[in-house]
Amino acid sequence: MTGVSGRALVLDEPLSLWGGMDPTTGELIDAHHPQRGARLTGRVVVMPSGRGSSSSASVLAEAVRARTAPAAILLGEPDLILAIGSAVAEELYGVAVPIVVLPADRLAAIRDGTALLIGRDGSVKTA
Amino acid sequence: MRLVVRAAEATGATELIDVSGAHVDSCLYHGEASLDFVDRLVDGGARVGVPTTLNVGAVDLIHPETYRGDPRTAERGRLLMDRYRALGARATFTCAPYQLADSRPSLGEQVAWGESNAIAFCNSVLGARTNRYGDFLDIAAAITGRVPYAGLHRTDARRATIVLRLAPDVPDALRDADVLFPVLGIVLGRRAGSAVAAIDGFPSGQSEDRLKALGAAAASSGSVAMFHVVGSTPEAPTLEDALHSDQPDAVEHIGLAELRVARDQLSTARGDQLAAVSLGTPHASAAQLRGYAALIADRRVHPDVHCLISTGRDVLVSQPQAAGRLRDAGVELLVDTCSYIAPVLRYTDGAVMTDSAKWAHYAPGNVGVDVAFGSARECIDSAVSGRVVRDGSLWGDS
Repeated sequence: MTGVSGRALVLDEPLSLWGGMDPTTGELIDAHHPQRGARLTGRVVVMPSGRGSSSSASVLAEAVRARTAPAAILLGEPDLILAIGSAVAEELYGVAVPIVVLPADRLAAIRDGTALLIGRDGSVKTA
Repeated sequence: MRLVVRAAEATGATELIDVSGAHVDSCLYHGEASLDFVDRLVDGGARVGVPTTLNVGAVDLIHPETYRGDPRTAERGRLLMDRYRALGARATFTCAPYQLADSRPSLGEQVAWGESNAIAFCNSVLGARTNRYGDFLDIAAAITGRVPYAGLHRTDARRATIVLRLAPDVPDALRDADVLFPVLGIVLGRRAGSAVAAIDGFPSGQSEDRLKALGAAAASSGSVAMFHVVGSTPEAPTLEDALHSDQPDAVEHIGLAELRVARDQLSTARGDQLAAVSLGTPHASAAQLRGYAALIADRRVHPDVHCLISTGRDVLVSQPQAAGRLRDAGVELLVDTCSYIAPVLRYTDGAVMTDSAKWAHYAPGNVGVDVAFGSARECIDSAVSGRVVRDGSLWGDS
Protein backbone atom coordinates (compact mmCIF):
# COMPACT_ATOMS: atom_id res chain seq x y z
CA MET A 1 0.00 0.00 0.00
CA THR A 2 1.30 3.44 -0.87
CA GLY A 3 -0.74 5.49 1.59
CA VAL A 4 -4.21 5.98 2.95
CA SER A 5 -7.33 7.57 1.59
CA GLY A 6 -10.52 8.97 3.03
CA ARG A 7 -12.97 11.81 2.81
CA ALA A 8 -12.03 15.04 4.57
CA LEU A 9 -13.80 15.90 7.80
CA VAL A 10 -13.02 19.57 8.33
CA LEU A 11 -13.42 20.49 12.00
CA ASP A 12 -14.39 24.06 12.79
CA GLU A 13 -12.48 23.95 16.08
CA PRO A 14 -9.51 21.92 17.37
CA LEU A 15 -10.44 18.65 19.05
CA SER A 16 -8.80 16.84 21.95
CA LEU A 17 -9.25 13.14 21.19
CA TRP A 18 -9.39 12.41 24.91
CA GLY A 19 -12.77 13.63 26.04
CA GLY A 20 -13.51 14.42 22.42
CA MET A 21 -13.70 11.04 20.71
CA ASP A 22 -15.19 7.78 21.95
CA PRO A 23 -12.75 5.10 20.72
CA THR A 24 -15.44 2.38 20.97
CA THR A 25 -17.66 4.14 18.40
CA GLY A 26 -15.44 6.69 16.67
CA GLU A 27 -17.93 9.40 17.52
CA LEU A 28 -17.08 13.02 18.37
CA ILE A 29 -18.40 13.41 21.92
CA ASP A 30 -17.04 16.80 23.11
CA ALA A 31 -20.18 18.62 24.29
CA HIS A 32 -18.53 21.99 23.60
CA HIS A 33 -17.56 21.15 20.01
CA PRO A 34 -19.82 22.42 17.22
CA GLN A 35 -19.56 19.10 15.35
CA ARG A 36 -20.56 16.84 18.23
CA GLY A 37 -21.98 13.58 16.91
CA ALA A 38 -19.80 13.41 13.78
CA ARG A 39 -18.03 10.08 13.11
CA LEU A 40 -14.25 10.30 12.76
CA THR A 41 -13.73 6.69 11.66
CA GLY A 42 -12.03 6.38 8.29
CA ARG A 43 -12.10 10.13 7.69
CA VAL A 44 -9.15 12.45 7.04
CA VAL A 45 -9.66 14.76 9.99
CA VAL A 46 -8.60 18.33 9.24
CA MET A 47 -8.10 20.81 12.08
CA PRO A 48 -5.84 23.77 12.82
CA SER A 49 -4.16 22.07 15.81
CA GLY A 50 -4.52 19.36 18.42
CA ARG A 51 -5.79 20.52 21.78
CA GLY A 52 -5.84 19.75 25.47
CA SER A 53 -5.29 16.44 27.12
CA SER A 54 -2.07 14.49 27.09
CA SER A 55 -4.22 11.30 27.03
CA SER A 56 -5.07 11.78 23.38
CA ALA A 57 -2.20 9.49 22.36
CA SER A 58 -3.84 6.59 24.19
CA VAL A 59 -7.22 7.33 22.66
CA LEU A 60 -5.69 7.32 19.17
CA ALA A 61 -3.92 3.99 19.78
CA GLU A 62 -7.06 2.47 21.28
CA ALA A 63 -9.11 3.70 18.31
CA VAL A 64 -6.65 1.96 15.96
CA ARG A 65 -7.00 -1.25 17.97
CA ALA A 66 -10.81 -0.95 17.92
CA ARG A 67 -10.76 -0.04 14.19
CA THR A 68 -12.56 3.25 14.79
CA ALA A 69 -9.59 5.56 14.09
CA PRO A 70 -9.48 8.35 11.52
CA ALA A 71 -7.63 7.43 8.31
CA ALA A 72 -5.29 10.40 8.84
CA ILE A 73 -5.11 13.73 10.65
CA LEU A 74 -4.06 16.96 8.91
CA LEU A 75 -2.92 19.81 11.14
CA GLY A 76 -1.71 23.37 10.79
CA GLU A 77 1.02 22.87 13.40
CA PRO A 78 2.95 19.84 14.73
CA ASP A 79 1.34 17.86 17.54
CA LEU A 80 3.71 15.56 19.35
CA ILE A 81 0.95 13.84 21.33
CA LEU A 82 -0.86 12.66 18.20
CA ALA A 83 2.42 11.72 16.48
CA ILE A 84 3.34 9.45 19.40
CA GLY A 85 -0.14 7.90 19.51
CA SER A 86 0.26 7.04 15.86
CA ALA A 87 3.79 5.65 16.35
CA VAL A 88 2.61 3.38 19.20
CA ALA A 89 -0.37 2.17 17.19
CA GLU A 90 2.02 1.19 14.40
CA GLU A 91 4.35 -0.55 16.87
CA LEU A 92 1.53 -2.51 18.55
CA TYR A 93 -0.93 -3.12 15.72
CA GLY A 94 0.99 -2.42 12.51
CA VAL A 95 -1.31 0.45 11.54
CA ALA A 96 -0.22 4.09 11.66
CA VAL A 97 -2.54 7.07 11.35
CA PRO A 98 -0.53 9.58 9.29
CA ILE A 99 -0.30 12.93 11.10
CA VAL A 100 0.56 15.51 8.46
CA VAL A 101 1.32 19.21 9.00
CA LEU A 102 0.28 21.52 6.15
CA PRO A 103 0.73 25.27 5.63
CA ALA A 104 -2.31 27.25 6.76
CA ASP A 105 -3.42 28.20 3.23
CA ARG A 106 -3.38 24.58 2.01
CA LEU A 107 -5.24 23.43 5.12
CA ALA A 108 -7.88 26.13 4.69
CA ALA A 109 -8.41 25.18 1.04
CA ILE A 110 -9.57 21.64 1.91
CA ARG A 111 -13.35 21.32 1.58
CA ASP A 112 -15.34 19.03 3.84
CA GLY A 113 -16.13 15.74 2.13
CA THR A 114 -13.31 15.91 -0.46
CA ALA A 115 -11.71 12.52 -1.15
CA LEU A 116 -8.02 12.71 -0.23
CA LEU A 117 -4.98 10.49 -0.72
CA ILE A 118 -2.26 10.72 1.93
CA GLY A 119 1.03 9.32 0.65
CA ARG A 120 3.60 7.48 2.78
CA ASP A 121 5.85 10.51 2.28
CA GLY A 122 3.21 12.80 3.85
CA SER A 123 1.98 14.15 0.51
CA VAL A 124 -1.69 15.12 0.35
CA LYS A 125 -3.57 14.88 -2.97
CA THR A 126 -7.21 14.94 -3.99
CA ALA A 127 -8.25 11.45 -5.08
CA MET B 1 14.29 4.82 23.22
CA ARG B 2 12.78 4.39 19.77
CA LEU B 3 9.81 6.52 20.91
CA VAL B 4 12.09 9.23 22.31
CA VAL B 5 14.03 9.38 19.05
CA ARG B 6 10.77 9.46 17.09
CA ALA B 7 9.73 12.40 19.27
CA ALA B 8 13.00 14.15 18.52
CA GLU B 9 12.35 13.72 14.80
CA ALA B 10 8.80 15.05 15.17
CA THR B 11 9.98 18.13 17.07
CA GLY B 12 13.04 18.78 14.94
CA ALA B 13 15.40 18.42 17.91
CA THR B 14 18.99 17.53 17.12
CA GLU B 15 20.02 16.48 20.61
CA LEU B 16 18.65 14.74 23.70
CA ILE B 17 19.02 15.99 27.27
CA ASP B 18 18.77 14.34 30.69
CA VAL B 19 15.69 14.80 32.85
CA SER B 20 15.72 14.53 36.65
CA GLY B 21 12.18 13.23 37.07
CA ALA B 22 8.97 12.26 35.32
CA HIS B 23 5.23 12.34 35.87
CA VAL B 24 3.44 9.60 33.97
CA ASP B 25 -0.17 9.78 32.77
CA SER B 26 -0.19 6.47 30.88
CA CYS B 27 -1.49 4.59 33.95
CA LEU B 28 -5.08 5.64 33.17
CA TYR B 29 -6.90 2.86 31.31
CA HIS B 30 -8.25 3.91 27.92
CA GLY B 31 -8.83 0.41 26.59
CA GLU B 32 -6.73 -2.67 25.89
CA ALA B 33 -4.18 -0.60 23.96
CA SER B 34 -3.08 0.80 27.35
CA LEU B 35 -2.30 -2.70 28.62
CA ASP B 36 -0.86 -3.93 25.32
CA PHE B 37 1.68 -1.12 25.50
CA VAL B 38 2.75 -1.51 29.13
CA ASP B 39 2.97 -5.30 28.74
CA ARG B 40 5.63 -4.74 26.08
CA LEU B 41 7.60 -2.67 28.60
CA VAL B 42 7.16 -5.10 31.49
CA ASP B 43 8.00 -8.13 29.31
CA GLY B 44 11.14 -6.36 28.15
CA GLY B 45 12.30 -5.91 31.76
CA ALA B 46 12.05 -2.09 31.67
CA ARG B 47 12.41 0.03 34.84
CA VAL B 48 12.13 3.78 35.30
CA GLY B 49 15.54 5.45 35.32
CA VAL B 50 14.52 8.64 37.17
CA PRO B 51 12.15 9.30 40.12
CA THR B 52 8.68 8.99 38.63
CA THR B 53 5.24 9.90 39.97
CA LEU B 54 2.00 8.45 38.59
CA ASN B 55 -1.09 10.32 37.47
CA VAL B 56 -4.65 9.27 38.28
CA GLY B 57 -5.85 5.80 37.34
CA ALA B 58 -9.29 4.38 36.64
CA VAL B 59 -10.17 3.37 40.21
CA ASP B 60 -9.74 4.58 43.78
CA LEU B 61 -7.54 1.78 45.16
CA ILE B 62 -8.05 2.93 48.74
CA HIS B 63 -11.85 3.30 48.54
CA PRO B 64 -12.80 0.69 45.89
CA GLU B 65 -16.45 0.79 47.02
CA THR B 66 -16.78 4.20 45.31
CA TYR B 67 -16.68 2.53 41.87
CA ARG B 68 -20.13 2.14 40.35
CA GLY B 69 -19.31 0.95 36.82
CA ASP B 70 -18.51 -2.24 34.93
CA PRO B 71 -16.38 -4.47 37.20
CA ARG B 72 -14.32 -5.80 34.29
CA THR B 73 -13.23 -2.29 33.31
CA ALA B 74 -12.34 -1.61 36.94
CA GLU B 75 -10.23 -4.77 37.04
CA ARG B 76 -8.38 -3.82 33.82
CA GLY B 77 -7.87 -0.31 35.15
CA ARG B 78 -6.43 -1.64 38.41
CA LEU B 79 -4.18 -4.04 36.54
CA LEU B 80 -2.78 -1.14 34.51
CA MET B 81 -2.04 0.84 37.69
CA ASP B 82 -0.20 -2.22 39.08
CA ARG B 83 1.83 -2.60 35.88
CA TYR B 84 3.15 0.96 36.15
CA ARG B 85 4.10 0.40 39.77
CA ALA B 86 5.97 -2.70 38.63
CA LEU B 87 8.06 -0.44 36.37
CA GLY B 88 9.31 1.31 39.53
CA ALA B 89 7.07 4.39 39.50
CA ARG B 90 5.68 5.73 42.79
CA ALA B 91 2.04 5.00 43.60
CA THR B 92 1.08 8.67 43.91
CA PHE B 93 -1.94 8.44 41.57
CA THR B 94 -2.55 12.17 41.53
CA CYS B 95 -2.97 14.73 38.75
CA ALA B 96 -1.35 17.31 41.06
CA PRO B 97 2.12 15.85 41.79
CA TYR B 98 3.26 19.42 42.50
CA GLN B 99 1.29 19.20 45.76
CA LEU B 100 3.73 16.54 47.05
CA ALA B 101 6.59 18.24 48.89
CA ASP B 102 9.19 15.87 47.42
CA SER B 103 7.90 16.03 43.83
CA ARG B 104 8.33 19.73 43.12
CA PRO B 105 11.14 20.26 40.64
CA SER B 106 12.92 23.56 41.14
CA LEU B 107 13.34 26.59 38.89
CA GLY B 108 15.08 25.65 35.67
CA GLU B 109 15.10 21.89 36.36
CA GLN B 110 14.50 19.71 33.28
CA VAL B 111 11.75 17.09 33.74
CA ALA B 112 9.30 15.08 31.60
CA TRP B 113 5.70 15.44 32.72
CA GLY B 114 2.41 14.24 31.37
CA GLU B 115 -1.11 15.45 32.35
CA SER B 116 -2.05 18.80 30.85
CA ASN B 117 -2.74 20.67 34.10
CA ALA B 118 0.48 19.39 35.70
CA ILE B 119 2.49 20.40 32.63
CA ALA B 120 1.09 23.94 32.79
CA PHE B 121 1.75 24.17 36.53
CA CYS B 122 5.27 22.74 36.25
CA ASN B 123 6.36 25.25 33.60
CA SER B 124 4.42 28.26 34.81
CA VAL B 125 4.27 28.08 38.60
CA LEU B 126 7.37 26.02 39.46
CA GLY B 127 9.49 27.32 36.60
CA ALA B 128 10.73 23.80 35.93
CA ARG B 129 10.88 22.78 32.29
CA THR B 130 8.78 20.24 30.47
CA ASN B 131 7.12 19.83 27.12
CA ARG B 132 3.66 18.30 26.76
CA TYR B 133 4.55 14.63 27.18
CA GLY B 134 1.55 12.61 26.14
CA ASP B 135 0.81 9.04 27.04
CA PHE B 136 3.51 6.50 26.05
CA LEU B 137 6.20 9.17 25.59
CA ASP B 138 5.99 10.06 29.30
CA ILE B 139 6.95 6.55 30.40
CA ALA B 140 9.49 6.26 27.56
CA ALA B 141 11.16 9.40 28.95
CA ALA B 142 10.96 8.05 32.52
CA ILE B 143 12.68 4.82 31.47
CA THR B 144 15.40 6.40 29.34
CA GLY B 145 15.78 9.58 31.42
CA ARG B 146 16.21 11.41 28.11
CA VAL B 147 14.06 13.80 26.10
CA PRO B 148 14.50 15.81 22.90
CA TYR B 149 15.99 19.24 23.60
CA ALA B 150 13.12 21.20 22.09
CA GLY B 151 10.18 23.44 22.89
CA LEU B 152 9.78 24.54 26.51
CA HIS B 153 13.02 22.83 27.56
CA ARG B 154 14.73 25.71 25.79
CA THR B 155 14.81 29.21 27.26
CA ASP B 156 13.77 30.97 24.05
CA ALA B 157 10.46 29.09 23.81
CA ARG B 158 9.43 30.27 27.28
CA ARG B 159 9.13 33.91 26.22
CA ALA B 160 5.60 35.35 26.28
CA THR B 161 4.42 36.37 22.81
CA ILE B 162 0.99 37.65 23.85
CA VAL B 163 0.08 40.02 26.69
CA LEU B 164 -3.41 39.73 28.19
CA ARG B 165 -4.97 42.26 30.56
CA LEU B 166 -8.39 42.53 32.11
CA ALA B 167 -10.40 45.40 30.64
CA PRO B 168 -11.40 48.28 32.96
CA ASP B 169 -15.04 47.05 33.09
CA VAL B 170 -14.08 43.95 35.14
CA PRO B 171 -15.16 44.79 38.71
CA ASP B 172 -12.51 44.87 41.44
CA ALA B 173 -14.32 42.27 43.55
CA LEU B 174 -14.28 39.81 40.63
CA ARG B 175 -10.57 40.47 40.02
CA ASP B 176 -9.93 39.22 43.53
CA ALA B 177 -12.32 36.23 43.50
CA ASP B 178 -11.09 32.63 43.23
CA VAL B 179 -13.89 31.89 40.74
CA LEU B 180 -12.41 34.33 38.21
CA PHE B 181 -9.33 32.16 37.66
CA PRO B 182 -10.89 29.03 36.10
CA VAL B 183 -13.05 31.25 33.86
CA LEU B 184 -10.07 33.39 32.88
CA GLY B 185 -8.23 30.15 32.13
CA ILE B 186 -10.87 29.14 29.59
CA VAL B 187 -10.43 32.52 27.86
CA LEU B 188 -6.63 32.19 28.08
CA GLY B 189 -6.75 28.79 26.35
CA ARG B 190 -8.92 30.15 23.55
CA ARG B 191 -6.83 33.28 23.05
CA ALA B 192 -3.41 31.67 23.38
CA GLY B 193 -3.95 28.23 21.79
CA SER B 194 -0.46 26.77 22.24
CA ALA B 195 1.33 30.13 22.57
CA VAL B 196 2.87 31.43 25.80
CA ALA B 197 0.87 34.38 27.17
CA ALA B 198 1.68 36.82 29.97
CA ILE B 199 -1.26 37.92 32.07
CA ASP B 200 -0.52 41.36 33.39
CA GLY B 201 -2.20 43.61 35.93
CA PHE B 202 -2.92 41.32 38.89
CA PRO B 203 -1.58 42.05 42.37
CA SER B 204 1.59 40.01 42.93
CA GLY B 205 1.67 36.75 44.87
CA GLN B 206 -1.48 35.06 43.51
CA SER B 207 -2.00 31.73 45.30
CA GLU B 208 -0.93 28.39 43.84
CA ASP B 209 -4.55 27.24 43.91
CA ARG B 210 -5.62 30.16 41.71
CA LEU B 211 -2.75 29.56 39.29
CA LYS B 212 -3.57 25.84 39.27
CA ALA B 213 -7.22 26.56 38.33
CA LEU B 214 -6.09 29.02 35.65
CA GLY B 215 -3.68 26.55 34.06
CA ALA B 216 -6.00 23.55 34.24
CA ALA B 217 -8.74 25.49 32.44
CA ALA B 218 -6.33 26.91 29.85
CA ALA B 219 -4.98 23.43 29.12
CA SER B 220 -8.56 22.23 28.55
CA SER B 221 -9.81 24.97 26.22
CA GLY B 222 -6.43 25.31 24.50
CA SER B 223 -3.06 23.55 24.33
CA VAL B 224 -1.51 25.86 26.89
CA ALA B 225 1.63 24.32 28.38
CA MET B 226 2.96 27.52 29.90
CA PHE B 227 1.78 30.97 30.89
CA HIS B 228 3.13 33.83 32.96
CA VAL B 229 1.21 35.83 35.56
CA VAL B 230 3.31 38.94 36.08
CA GLY B 231 4.33 39.27 39.73
CA SER B 232 3.21 35.74 40.63
CA THR B 233 5.07 33.23 38.48
CA PRO B 234 8.84 32.81 38.83
CA GLU B 235 9.91 33.71 35.30
CA ALA B 236 7.81 36.89 35.31
CA PRO B 237 8.78 39.17 38.19
CA THR B 238 8.06 41.93 35.64
CA LEU B 239 6.34 42.03 32.26
CA GLU B 240 9.71 42.75 30.68
CA ASP B 241 11.08 39.51 32.15
CA ALA B 242 8.13 37.54 30.74
CA LEU B 243 8.76 39.08 27.31
CA HIS B 244 12.56 38.45 27.54
CA SER B 245 12.85 42.20 26.91
CA ASP B 246 11.34 41.74 23.45
CA GLN B 247 8.12 43.11 21.91
CA PRO B 248 4.92 41.03 22.16
CA ASP B 249 3.07 40.01 18.98
CA ALA B 250 -0.16 41.26 20.53
CA VAL B 251 -1.54 43.04 23.60
CA GLU B 252 -5.18 42.13 24.21
CA HIS B 253 -7.85 43.04 26.74
CA ILE B 254 -10.42 40.68 28.19
CA GLY B 255 -13.71 42.34 29.07
CA LEU B 256 -16.48 41.38 31.46
CA ALA B 257 -18.79 40.28 28.62
CA GLU B 258 -16.26 37.72 27.34
CA LEU B 259 -15.71 36.38 30.86
CA ARG B 260 -19.45 36.03 31.43
CA VAL B 261 -19.90 34.17 28.15
CA ALA B 262 -17.05 31.79 29.08
CA ARG B 263 -18.60 31.27 32.51
CA ASP B 264 -22.05 30.60 31.05
CA GLN B 265 -20.66 28.15 28.49
CA LEU B 266 -19.27 26.05 31.34
CA SER B 267 -22.84 25.33 32.46
CA THR B 268 -24.86 22.95 30.29
CA ALA B 269 -27.64 22.48 32.88
CA ARG B 270 -30.80 24.55 32.89
CA GLY B 271 -32.92 24.94 36.00
CA ASP B 272 -31.87 24.40 39.60
CA GLN B 273 -32.34 20.64 40.01
CA LEU B 274 -29.16 19.25 41.59
CA ALA B 275 -27.94 15.65 41.62
CA ALA B 276 -24.35 15.95 42.74
CA VAL B 277 -21.51 18.30 43.54
CA SER B 278 -18.00 17.42 42.36
CA LEU B 279 -15.00 19.36 43.68
CA GLY B 280 -11.26 18.79 43.52
CA THR B 281 -10.30 18.87 39.82
CA PRO B 282 -7.34 19.02 39.65
CA HIS B 283 -6.93 17.12 42.93
CA ALA B 284 -7.69 19.40 45.89
CA SER B 285 -4.71 20.81 47.76
CA ALA B 286 -4.41 20.75 51.54
CA ALA B 287 -5.49 24.41 51.62
CA GLN B 288 -8.51 23.65 49.46
CA LEU B 289 -9.59 20.72 51.66
CA ARG B 290 -9.41 23.02 54.67
CA GLY B 291 -11.30 25.70 52.72
CA TYR B 292 -14.13 23.33 51.77
CA ALA B 293 -14.35 22.14 55.40
CA ALA B 294 -14.58 25.75 56.59
CA LEU B 295 -17.24 26.58 53.99
CA ILE B 296 -19.49 23.71 55.01
CA ALA B 297 -18.76 24.41 58.72
CA ASP B 298 -21.36 22.62 60.86
CA ARG B 299 -23.84 22.06 58.03
CA ARG B 300 -24.58 18.77 56.27
CA VAL B 301 -24.90 17.73 52.62
CA HIS B 302 -28.55 17.43 51.56
CA PRO B 303 -29.63 13.74 51.59
CA ASP B 304 -30.59 13.85 47.88
CA VAL B 305 -27.20 15.20 46.79
CA HIS B 306 -23.97 13.25 46.26
CA CYS B 307 -21.11 15.58 47.17
CA LEU B 308 -17.59 14.39 46.48
CA ILE B 309 -14.13 15.89 46.55
CA SER B 310 -11.21 14.36 44.65
CA THR B 311 -7.73 14.69 46.09
CA GLY B 312 -4.43 12.86 46.22
CA ARG B 313 -3.92 10.00 48.69
CA ASP B 314 -0.91 11.78 50.21
CA VAL B 315 -2.75 15.09 50.63
CA LEU B 316 -5.70 13.28 52.20
CA VAL B 317 -3.63 11.62 54.94
CA SER B 318 -1.95 14.94 55.70
CA GLN B 319 -5.31 16.60 56.50
CA PRO B 320 -7.10 14.34 59.01
CA GLN B 321 -9.03 17.19 60.62
CA ALA B 322 -10.48 18.66 57.44
CA ALA B 323 -11.16 15.15 56.10
CA GLY B 324 -13.00 14.23 59.30
CA ARG B 325 -15.13 17.37 59.17
CA LEU B 326 -16.01 16.81 55.51
CA ARG B 327 -16.89 13.14 56.03
CA ASP B 328 -19.03 14.02 59.07
CA ALA B 329 -20.87 16.50 56.86
CA GLY B 330 -21.66 13.72 54.38
CA VAL B 331 -18.97 14.52 51.78
CA GLU B 332 -17.33 11.57 50.01
CA LEU B 333 -13.56 11.84 49.56
CA LEU B 334 -12.13 10.22 46.47
CA VAL B 335 -8.43 9.55 45.78
CA ASP B 336 -6.33 7.99 42.97
CA THR B 337 -8.86 8.89 40.28
CA CYS B 338 -11.35 11.60 39.33
CA SER B 339 -15.11 11.78 39.05
CA TYR B 340 -15.10 12.51 35.32
CA ILE B 341 -13.00 9.52 34.37
CA ALA B 342 -14.35 6.88 36.73
CA PRO B 343 -18.04 6.02 37.17
CA VAL B 344 -18.36 7.18 40.76
CA LEU B 345 -21.29 9.62 40.69
CA ARG B 346 -24.22 8.15 42.59
CA TYR B 347 -26.92 10.38 41.13
CA THR B 348 -27.23 11.62 37.60
CA ASP B 349 -30.80 12.98 37.72
CA GLY B 350 -30.22 16.72 37.68
CA ALA B 351 -27.14 18.86 37.32
CA VAL B 352 -23.71 18.15 38.72
CA MET B 353 -22.21 21.30 40.14
CA THR B 354 -18.48 22.01 40.17
CA ASP B 355 -16.02 24.81 40.85
CA SER B 356 -13.63 23.39 38.24
CA ALA B 357 -13.65 24.68 34.66
CA LYS B 358 -11.73 21.57 33.63
CA TRP B 359 -14.37 19.28 35.10
CA ALA B 360 -17.13 21.39 33.53
CA HIS B 361 -15.35 21.20 30.20
CA TYR B 362 -14.87 17.43 30.06
CA ALA B 363 -17.65 15.85 32.16
CA PRO B 364 -20.57 16.30 29.73
CA GLY B 365 -18.69 14.30 27.06
CA ASN B 366 -16.97 11.83 29.37
CA VAL B 367 -19.69 10.84 31.82
CA GLY B 368 -22.77 12.28 30.11
CA VAL B 369 -23.93 14.67 32.82
CA ASP B 370 -25.26 18.21 32.76
CA VAL B 371 -22.99 20.65 34.56
CA ALA B 372 -23.58 23.79 36.59
CA PHE B 373 -20.34 25.73 37.11
CA GLY B 374 -20.00 27.98 40.16
CA SER B 375 -17.67 29.20 42.88
CA ALA B 376 -16.61 26.91 45.74
CA ARG B 377 -19.05 28.74 47.99
CA GLU B 378 -21.92 28.34 45.52
CA CYS B 379 -21.08 24.63 45.21
CA ILE B 380 -21.03 23.99 48.94
CA ASP B 381 -24.20 26.07 49.55
CA SER B 382 -25.90 24.12 46.77
CA ALA B 383 -24.80 20.78 48.23
CA VAL B 384 -26.37 21.77 51.53
CA SER B 385 -29.61 23.22 50.16
CA GLY B 386 -30.23 20.46 47.59
CA ARG B 387 -30.68 22.77 44.61
CA VAL B 388 -28.39 24.95 42.49
CA VAL B 389 -27.78 28.16 44.44
CA ARG B 390 -26.22 31.08 42.61
CA ASP B 391 -24.84 34.44 43.62
CA GLY B 392 -24.30 36.53 40.50
CA SER B 393 -23.33 39.70 42.35
CA LEU B 394 -19.58 39.33 41.65
CA TRP B 395 -20.26 39.18 37.91
CA GLY B 396 -22.65 42.12 37.80
CA ASP B 397 -25.54 39.77 36.91
CA SER B 398 -28.92 41.40 37.44
